[in-house]
Amino acid sequence: MENKTSKTDSRRDFLRKLTSGGAVAASGMALYSLTSCKNKSEDKATLLTTDGKLVQVSDSEIQALEERSVSPAEARQGIPGKKFVMVVDLGKCKNAKKCIEACDKHHNLTPDRPYIKVLKMQDNEKSSPYWMPKKCFQCDNPPCVKVCPVGATYKRTDGIVLIDNERCIGCRFCMAACPYSARVFNWGTPPDEDADITYSPETSVPSEVGTVGKCDFCPDMLRMNKLPHCVTSCPNGVIYFGDEIDDTVSNGEQTVRLSSLLKDKAGYRYMEELGTEPRVYYLPPVDRLFPFENDSDNFEGT
Amino acid sequence: MTNNHDLLKDLAPRKFGLRGKLWSGLLILVTAAGVIAYIDQLIQGQVVTNMRDYALWGIYISNFVFFVATSFVGSVTVAVLRLTRNKWRTPLVRIAEIISLASIIMAGITIILDMARPDRLLNLFTHARLQSPITWDVIIIPTYIALSFLLLYFPLLPDLALLKKYFNTKNSFLSKWYGRLSLNWTGSKMQKALQEKSIRIIAILIIPVGILLQTIDAWLFSTTYRIGWDSTNMGAYFISGAFVAGLGALITVVCIVRKVRKLEKYITLYHLDKLGKFLVLACLTYLYFNINEYLIPIFTATVEEETHLNELVYGEYSFLFWFSQLVGLILPIFILIFKAGRKPGPMFIAGFMVVIGSWWKRYIIVTPTLLHPFLPIEGVPESWQTYFPSLHEWLITGATLAMALLIITFLIRYLPAVPIQRTAEEMELYRTEKELEP
Repeated sequence: MENKTSKTDSRRDFLRKLTSGGAVAASGMALYSLTSCKNKSEDKATLLTTDGKLVQVSDSEIQALEERSVSPAEARQGIPGKKFVMVVDLGKCKNAKKCIEACDKHHNLTPDRPYIKVLKMQDNEKSSPYWMPKKCFQCDNPPCVKVCPVGATYKRTDGIVLIDNERCIGCRFCMAACPYSARVFNWGTPPDEDADITYSPETSVPSEVGTVGKCDFCPDMLRMNKLPHCVTSCPNGVIYFGDEIDDTVSNGEQTVRLSSLLKDKAGYRYMEELGTEPRVYYLPPVDRLFPFENDSDNFEGT
Repeated sequence: MTNNHDLLKDLAPRKFGLRGKLWSGLLILVTAAGVIAYIDQLIQGQVVTNMRDYALWGIYISNFVFFVATSFVGSVTVAVLRLTRNKWRTPLVRIAEIISLASIIMAGITIILDMARPDRLLNLFTHARLQSPITWDVIIIPTYIALSFLLLYFPLLPDLALLKKYFNTKNSFLSKWYGRLSLNWTGSKMQKALQEKSIRIIAILIIPVGILLQTIDAWLFSTTYRIGWDSTNMGAYFISGAFVAGLGALITVVCIVRKVRKLEKYITLYHLDKLGKFLVLACLTYLYFNINEYLIPIFTATVEEETHLNELVYGEYSFLFWFSQLVGLILPIFILIFKAGRKPGPMFIAGFMVVIGSWWKRYIIVTPTLLHPFLPIEGVPESWQTYFPSLHEWLITGATLAMALLIITFLIRYLPAVPIQRTAEEMELYRTEKELEP
């Protein structure tokens, strides 16, 4: 545990040195402290800073930057000036489950506790069934956050609801409170309880026994201006993701105006009447790309 | 004076007989098995339970609700009957106070057993958030434990002083402890006035606190968007259910103690008769709320609600549902409403039925709701669609029940089950009244 913390600290220090405040390499202090790390590692890379200087950076530090993990305290803030939003076009989904695979892989999930589920839905007997990919709705009025006794789950300024699994006491009240069954629980020791990865609520890895988990909208990808894994892995462009303030969403291939997409295609939110104000919209399953095919068993895990 | 000596002899604590020893031994064994199971749960995680992502709460929670409900008996019989000056409570209050204290202590322990990370218990204080009903529980349960303890302890003081004298020659060790615990009770006027005042304050306090405790317990459920929980009926429903569970437990224990300790002279048929009627009143009140909860929604039930209700009435849970309604509520009413039913034998059976029914009733409140979420249960293993407790859960839950019984058994072993001083006073009063009659 102590080991874990010190590791986080050194990475955070490094990030502060290299990226924060624009000071980067311009400050001699920063350069000095960088070079002072020399003895720690053998292989070095030469990097060009924003103001045109060349600096030597050790490989381990570059790796740390790529994995950049935000600490539990920092993760509470949210990415400034953003309001993330997702739109799922039900007319395009054929239950390919690629989003689930990508999500499971990225979050080290076992098949019995996926963050994403693709549900077979049928609104009434006469209408045809359709597939509904369901993840955390990142509600603006989140029932889970209200009932958490320790503030382990929280709402950020960018609209994302995250979990700090270092604080979670495992009471599962948030799971009971969520009307969409979006949360999963680590009943036993998850396979990835790996000491080598620094935990961050933004990556949700590693999972920890006796704590809750759920779809996090991949804030680690968002910080790098990339789309969440479920969006990019979908072969049919079902999922659009973007920023409500910018009024744009993208499925990786096509970028559209959020407001006109919702207007033109009559976007709706699942169970609007609950008043939870989800940040995930659905477009009705019309003009289908694929006929509905029911594979008997929707669960492929063990 | 000789009379008083007989009274002391009858009511003073007595050593366990063979039955008492066997009973305690059995309870200790069951507790030990549960402790072992719990240690295993700590090592492996709650994967040893049959709870999963949909049935995310199980018998730990329903057992917790049962303990909370049973602890209500202290507020009802002791405090309410005291404030309404119902004299018949005298030989029953001590047992009620003991049950109340044992139940609320076990409720506190049981809720920790359900936490998947008990090592982070302190987070509940260091990161407490006031809007969570769990935080309300964290506040109210210790408060109720403290009040229940005081409500047991303060009225005990004169009895402890008496026992100190009584055991002076028989058992000096016990005598010394009774003396210490009696806080130098001499029975002076000032002490009596202080004691009387303190008991009155606690008795008044424990009523709102008891009602709050039951209501907060109900709010744990009604603050969620869940069919079967999200109901404004919940608070009052839980209070009346606690009224039933508590009195059922009281009747069961009273009948046993009366028989084992041969207290027929003190806990008379008159007292049992009153207690039986009191339970009928409780059951009728609870029945009223059950009708509100299960029958009236038929008129406006949404599809989800209808699925839930059908599951209870005809479906997978119909046996347990009807068991808790019939055995835990309707039949006891039928037994106890007749004078013949309020005799020790049938009353014990009725009380026991109420306790068992009440326990399963909590199961029926917790489990079926969780297995009927708004969205279909898909993409998870088939077994996650149902729930029945695992061996670990049964062992641990069995241990909590055994521990509650153990606390009750030992308190009755070392404390006078019927208040001595008060009984003596009342007998004195009764005698003088008789003498004054022309």
